[in-house]
Amino acid sequence: MGCLRFLLLLMQKKDSFESLVMEHIRLNGAYWGLTTLDLLHKLDAVDADEVIQWIMSCYHPESGGFGGNVGHDPHVLYTLSAVQVLCLFDRLDVLDVDKVADYVSGLQNEDGSFSGDIWGEVDTRFSYIVICTLALLHHLHKINVQKAVDYIVSCKNLDGGFGAMPGGESHAGQIFCCVGALAITGSLHHIDRDLLGWWLCERQCKEGGLNGRPEKLADVCYSWWVLSSLIMIDRVHWIDKDKLAKFILNCQDKENGGISDRPDNAVDIYHTYFGVAGLSLMEYPGVKPMDPAYALPLDVVNRIFLRKRD
Amino acid sequence: MHGRPRRPDKPEDAAAADAKAAKLRDLQTQVLRNHHSRTYSKEALGLSFKLLELNPEAYTAWNYRKLAFQHNLGELSELEAIKSSIDDELRVVELALRQNPKSYGAWYHRKWLLNQKLAPVDFKREFGLLDKLLKVDARNFHGWNYRRFLAKFMGVPEEEELKYTKDKISDNFSNYSAWHNRSILLSNLLTQQRKGFESKQKIFSEEFELVTQALFTDPSDQSGWFYHLWLLAQTSSPENPQLIASWPSNGAKLSLSSVREANDKQNTPSSFSSICCYSLKEGILPIVLFFNEPVKGLTPSSVSLNSDLVVGKNIQWRPLSVTDSGHSYCWVTYLEVSNLEYCSSQQFSVEASIPNTDDIVSRSGSSYNCPVHFTFTFEPNNIDSITEDTDLIHDPISWDCSEPLPSHVKPSCIHSDQLKITNALIQEESKWHLERLSDELDLFRELPDDNSKFAKLTLARLLLACAAIKSRGSSLIERRGYCEEALGLFNDLIYLDPSHKRYYEDERSLVLMDQLTCNMESFMKYCSVQVLPNLAPLNHVQLCRLSLTCIGFVERLLWVQMLDLSHNNLRSIEGLEALQHLVCLNVSNNQISSFTALKPLTEILSLKVLDLSFNEIGTHPINTTRYICPTPFSHKVEACEAFEECQKKNINVEEFWDAILFFKHVNLVQLGFEGNAIANKENFRTLVVTLNPSIKWLDGACVH
Repeated sequence: MGCLRFLLLLMQKKDSFESLVMEHIRLNGAYWGLTTLDLLHKLDAVDADEVIQWIMSCYHPESGGFGGNVGHDPHVLYTLSAVQVLCLFDRLDVLDVDKVADYVSGLQNEDGSFSGDIWGEVDTRFSYIVICTLALLHHLHKINVQKAVDYIVSCKNLDGGFGAMPGGESHAGQIFCCVGALAITGSLHHIDRDLLGWWLCERQCKEGGLNGRPEKLADVCYSWWVLSSLIMIDRVHWIDKDKLAKFILNCQDKENGGISDRPDNAVDIYHTYFGVAGLSLMEYPGVKPMDPAYALPLDVVNRIFLRKRD
Repeated sequence: MHGRPRRPDKPEDAAAADAKAAKLRDLQTQVLRNHHSRTYSKEALGLSFKLLELNPEAYTAWNYRKLAFQHNLGELSELEAIKSSIDDELRVVELALRQNPKSYGAWYHRKWLLNQKLAPVDFKREFGLLDKLLKVDARNFHGWNYRRFLAKFMGVPEEEELKYTKDKISDNFSNYSAWHNRSILLSNLLTQQRKGFESKQKIFSEEFELVTQALFTDPSDQSGWFYHLWLLAQTSSPENPQLIASWPSNGAKLSLSSVREANDKQNTPSSFSSICCYSLKEGILPIVLFFNEPVKGLTPSSVSLNSDLVVGKNIQWRPLSVTDSGHSYCWVTYLEVSNLEYCSSQQFSVEASIPNTDDIVSRSGSSYNCPVHFTFTFEPNNIDSITEDTDLIHDPISWDCSEPLPSHVKPSCIHSDQLKITNALIQEESKWHLERLSDELDLFRELPDDNSKFAKLTLARLLLACAAIKSRGSSLIERRGYCEEALGLFNDLIYLDPSHKRYYEDERSLVLMDQLTCNMESFMKYCSVQVLPNLAPLNHVQLCRLSLTCIGFVERLLWVQMLDLSHNNLRSIEGLEALQHLVCLNVSNNQISSFTALKPLTEILSLKVLDLSFNEIGTHPINTTRYICPTPFSHKVEACEAFEECQKKNINVEEFWDAILFFKHVNLVQLGFEGNAIANKENFRTLVVTLNPSIKWLDGACVH
C-alpha cells in the first residue's frame, strides 16, 4: 500500500501551508500517522524514543494536559492522542499517570458533562475523550461515571443518534463519541440498537461510501465513525462492506500514496488514517484488526485490559 | 482537508504558496510568543486577529484573545469601552466564520463572550448572523446549535422556534436539521403540556399531514422519512409497559417432575400437563414474566405472589438480559420447592398479580398501569429422587432435523392466550392508534413512486405496527395478513436495495417468527414432545432451514425445553435468555461468530446440551458483541479468576477471553463445536474441560 511512503514523507514535510494550518493539531496527526503505521505492521519504521520525546515536549507538567504541539495550550483533544500513542509503544510508564488522570477528570462539570479545557467549551466529544483516556490509564474511578453516562444519554435524539449537546443534531462523528463512551462504561443498553443501526446503515451512499448525516456527500472519514459505531452496537452487517472497501480504495492516491476524502481529491493524514482504520474494521487482508471503542489496534487494547497488572 | 482537488503542484504556484506559508508561520510564531510572555498590547492583539482570520482553527490564539480580553477589561470602567472591546471580539469571530463557518473555536468564542454577560446582547445582530449563515448552509449544525443556545439565552418560547423550523422546512423539505429541531421542540412542548400541545393525538395527526406533504413532493429525500418514522414509533407503541406473557401461564395445571419416569406416573389427573422440570433438581421452580418493553423495578412488593406453598421472603426478581442494565423485557424468580414435604398427589397453587404501580417503569419512565392477575397450579412428582446432573443424560443427544416431527404427541402445556389483558384505557388508546395507522396505510399504498425503497419500508413498518396492535386484541387472522404483506415487501426490498440486504433480512426474520408462532394451528407444525431414549420427554420446537437471521417473539417460546434452530443464518441468539426451561439447544450450521454472541445462554441454568457445530467462531478478528455484554473492556468484568486458572494451563487469555467468560458461566454436559475455526486451535479443548468440568461429550466423543 502506498500509504507507508506517504506517511513517512509527511513526517518530514513540516513547512508547507497545509502542514502549518494543521500545526496546532500535530499531536493528533502523530496519533493518526502512527496508528496507521501500526495497522500496516510498520510501527518499527519510526524511532520510538524520538517520538516519545517529542510527545512529552507537548506536555504541561503544571496542569497535566497535553497541547497540540510544542508551545500550544493543553486540551483533552491532544491529551487523548498522547496517551493513545504511548499505548501503541507500550510506554505509559513515561507518564505521571495520576497527574494526567487528574487533569482530564478535573474537567467534569456538575451535570456530568465535560469541558475540553479550562475555557469551558462543553461537547460530548470531550465526554468520550476523558472516558477513553481514563480507561486506558485504568483510572475511570476518578470521575462520576453515572453522571457522565446520564449526560450522554440526555444528548440522545429521536432518530436514535447523538448530538454534541442536548438538542444537538445527530452526526456520525458525535455518535461515535457517545456510543464509544457508553461502550467503555458498559452502558450500551441506553441505545436503541435497531433504531440507531438503521440510521447509521442508511449513511451508505450509492457509490458505497458513507456520509455523516442524511443527504450529505460520502467521505472516507465516516468509514471510521460509522463503522466503529455499527460494530459496537452489533449492526455492522447492515451495510455493504465490499462496496465501502472499494470506495476507500478508490480514494487512494496510487502515485504518491495516501487516501483522500473522496476519489481524486488531495490526500491527507487524517483521511489516510480513517481509510486504513475503516479497512481494518472490515477485516481487510494485511491490515491489523482494530478496537472500535478505544480506536487502537486490538492487540494493544487486549494487552492493556487483559494483561495481569500488579 | 475536505473537498480539495488532488492536482500536481504547478511550479508557478510554488512561490505564492511559499510566501503564504511563510506569512502563516510568522504569525503563528509571534502569537505564541506573545501568549507565553502575556503581551496583550493592541499590536499583539492585531497579530492574533490576522492569524485567526487566516486559520480560525488555531485554538491557542482564541485562548490568548480570551486572556487578553479579561486582562484589558480590568482597565476599562465605562460601558461604552467594554462594548467596543466586546465588539472587537465579535468581529474576529465573524471574520473567522467567513473563512470557516464550522470552526469550533470561533463559535465557542462567541458563546463565551455572551456568557460573560458584561453588556446587553444585540440579539438582532446575533439572529441576523445566523440567518445569513443558515441561508448559505441550511444544515450547518454549529449554526443550529448556536440558535438553540441563543433561544435559551434570551428565553425565546419554544413555540416560536417551532414556527421557525416550519419556515425552514417550507423553504426546502430536504432539511434534516430543521426536522430534527422540530422533533426536539415538539417533544418538549408535549411533555410540558404547553397550551395548544395538550393532545398528542391532535398534534401528531397534524405532523403526519405535514411530513406526508414532504414525502409526496420528493420521495427520494431521506429527511422526511426519518421524521415519519419517529411519528410512527410514537403512534404504534403503547404509552405504558404491559405484561404480555408468563411461565407458567394463566390457569396452567402442571405436573412437575425432575426425573425421566415422569410420564409413567399413573396417578396424574388428566387435566394436568406433565412436564419434566430440570431446575427442580436444584429445588427451584422458575417463574418468568415477559413485558412488551424493557422494564425495571420488579420486587416482592411490586409483584405479589401468594401461594399455599410457603413462598418465603427470599423472592428475588432478576432481569434476564445480556446487557447489565437493570431494565429487561423478561424477569425471572425461582420459587424454592426443595424443602417441601411431598405427598404423591398434593397440589399447590400460586397466584401472581401486578397492580398499578409506579415501581415498575419502562426506559422512558412510564409506569405500569394495567393490573394483571393470574394463577397456576402444580403438583410435584418424584422431586425427592435426586440424581446427579450427568445421570439425566445417559447418552449423547443426536439431532436430526431432516426427520419429520412425530405428529401425534404435542406439548399440552401451551396456550395461545397466555394472558388476557383487558383494560379499557388500552383499548381506547389502541383505537386511535389503529385509525391513524390505517389512514397512513391507505395513503402509502397510493404513493405513485412504486420503487421508492423508503415508501416500501414505511409501508412494511406500518403493517407491522398494525399487527402489533392487533395482537393486543384477538384478531390473529388479520395479524397474519399484515405479516404476509410485510414479508412480501421485505422480499422486494432485498432486491431493490441490495446494499442493505441484511437489514431487511433481519426484519424479515422477525416477521417470519411472528407469523410462525402467532397462531397455535400453524405453530403446532413445529412443536412436538421429544421422547429420547433414557431421557424425560421434552417439549421440542424445531425451526430449521427457515433463513432466520435473528430471534424474535420469544415470549411465545417460554415453555420450550429442546430447541432446534440449526441450518439457519443466525448471527445473534439474543432473546433466548428468556427460555428458562431450555435443556438442549441446537444452533449448528448458522453464522454465530463469537462466544460473546452466546452470552444469552449463560442466563439459562437448565442448559445441558449445546450444538455449535459449523458456525464461524474464531473466524473473525472483529468481534461485534465485544461491547454488548459485560467484558473487561466495558469495565463490567474484572479480569477474573478463570483468566488466571487458564494462564496456569498456558491458555492464551488475549486470544480466548470470550471463550473463558462463556465456559465459566455454563454447566454443559454435551457440546458440539466442530466446523468452527476455534476447534482447530491448540488448548481450546483444555479450556472447555477446565472451566466446564461437568462436560461429558465433546463433539460426540466421551471426554472421560
